[in-house]
Amino acid sequence: MEQEAPTLLETPFHRFHQEHGANLIDFAGWEMPIRYGSIMEEHKQVRNAGGLFDVSHMGRIYFSGRHARRFLERLLTRRVSDMKENTCRYSLICNEEGGVKDDVLIYRFSDKWLLVVNASNRAKLLDHFEQIQGELKVKIDDQTESTAMVAVQGPKVMDIIGQFSSEVPSLKRYSFCQKNLMILKMVISRTGYTGEDGVEVILPAKMADMAVKLLLKDKGESAAIKPTGLGARDTLRIEAAMPLYGHELDEDTDPFEAGLDFAVNLDKDQDDNGETFIGQEALKEIKAQGPRRQLIGIRMQGRRTPRQGNAIYSDGTQLGAVTSGCLSPTLGHPIAMAYVTPGSCSIGDPVTLAAGSSRVEGEIIALPFYKRAK
Amino acid sequence: MPAPDDRRYLESHEWHKPQGDLVVIGISQFAVDELTDITYLDVTAEGAIGKGDPLGEIESVKATSELYCGIDGEVIEVNQAVVDDPSLINRDCYGEAWIIKVRPTDAGQLDGLLSAADYEKRVGV
Repeated sequence: MEQEAPTLLETPFHRFHQEHGANLIDFAGWEMPIRYGSIMEEHKQVRNAGGLFDVSHMGRIYFSGRHARRFLERLLTRRVSDMKENTCRYSLICNEEGGVKDDVLIYRFSDKWLLVVNASNRAKLLDHFEQIQGELKVKIDDQTESTAMVAVQGPKVMDIIGQFSSEVPSLKRYSFCQKNLMILKMVISRTGYTGEDGVEVILPAKMADMAVKLLLKDKGESAAIKPTGLGARDTLRIEAAMPLYGHELDEDTDPFEAGLDFAVNLDKDQDDNGETFIGQEALKEIKAQGPRRQLIGIRMQGRRTPRQGNAIYSDGTQLGAVTSGCLSPTLGHPIAMAYVTPGSCSIGDPVTLAAGSSRVEGEIIALPFYKRAK
Repeated sequence: MPAPDDRRYLESHEWHKPQGDLVVIGISQFAVDELTDITYLDVTAEGAIGKGDPLGEIESVKATSELYCGIDGEVIEVNQAVVDDPSLINRDCYGEAWIIKVRPTDAGQLDGLLSAADYEKRVGV
């Protein structure tokens, strides 16, 4: 008897994806659209106008109860007790050795907290929360499957949203608001993973159809906002040099190697209501010893796509390997992020990359590769 | 788009079309759909080529794949237009975007490749 493949989870937008000719793939156990047409066209659409991404596969976990704040201070590398209500922060969750278990966004509400986590790490983290809870009184509520989430990103997005909300365009980056649309609540944050302005919206699963109708009112070639898949999401975040778990981050990589010092507060146990976070001691030692690896940017000649694992050489010596790479649709040349031995190279140095069966020349350049013009 | 039946196929998606005394080789729509945006083409084949030999590499946003030749023969021509602009393959993989032309050692060898119908069955179209 043949074993059946496990069924994939479907997001509330599944029918929408099918109706729009999406190419659906298995992503972290979810059936997700990698593209609707050309990945490069979708990428350019986001840089020039607006794109709508279904990111419902990401984990959305609420924390409440007497010790929720203390629990989160122990869990996260970043201080959260001083967050204003209706703001979000980027943080990491580490293991005892200081290796990254996930990179997350924490939202502070008046009466609860929300953690948005990578789809691929949701199960692992739910186990982790159970392990570390101890005697703390905290209610952990995984609302991933009862909610939907979309990202709407691009320079024209805020203008379009401004047509039906005056509050949202006035949000600061990393702030959020809650809006009621016909008694159902939405959480709208000015956050994103593309390097463009825009929002991410969390809504009840049953509102998914209505939300896309509203956002994609303009149809056709000249529509300002078009559906965009995970393929373009990846090339967009690479251009913006944003880390992806499983590439720039994993349990053997510490936040400092990845250049995420800003998301680690090594002294937060010294605060009045402070807590020691998991991995803090290890990270203090790592910080004192200096980084074991360094994340750098590379610009390649030609048009070959650098991929995870491609070796980087200088003068015949291997310096490290690529974590992520692509032929940049915005810049028109291949770009890559890579971990190398610290101090082994500087910006401007020539390097050689092994791509496919070829050896391609490149040079070290500063990150990010792309920054939105203000 | 159904695989045209005026040519034969390898399971690895390379079509082989007789044209006079030559065989023209390209890749199928199924392969193009799997690859998505094609960004790079490197044809390494030159001179004598054998059945099963790699003829080059094709790269897309998604993946890098080797291309294979299904017959013994001699490489007569490489389509420079497609090497210069690999996105041509996304637009016309069965026509303008052929990749190489080979003079076969044995014209009958083509019969050993898959018919359009058998190829479609193999790839589950």
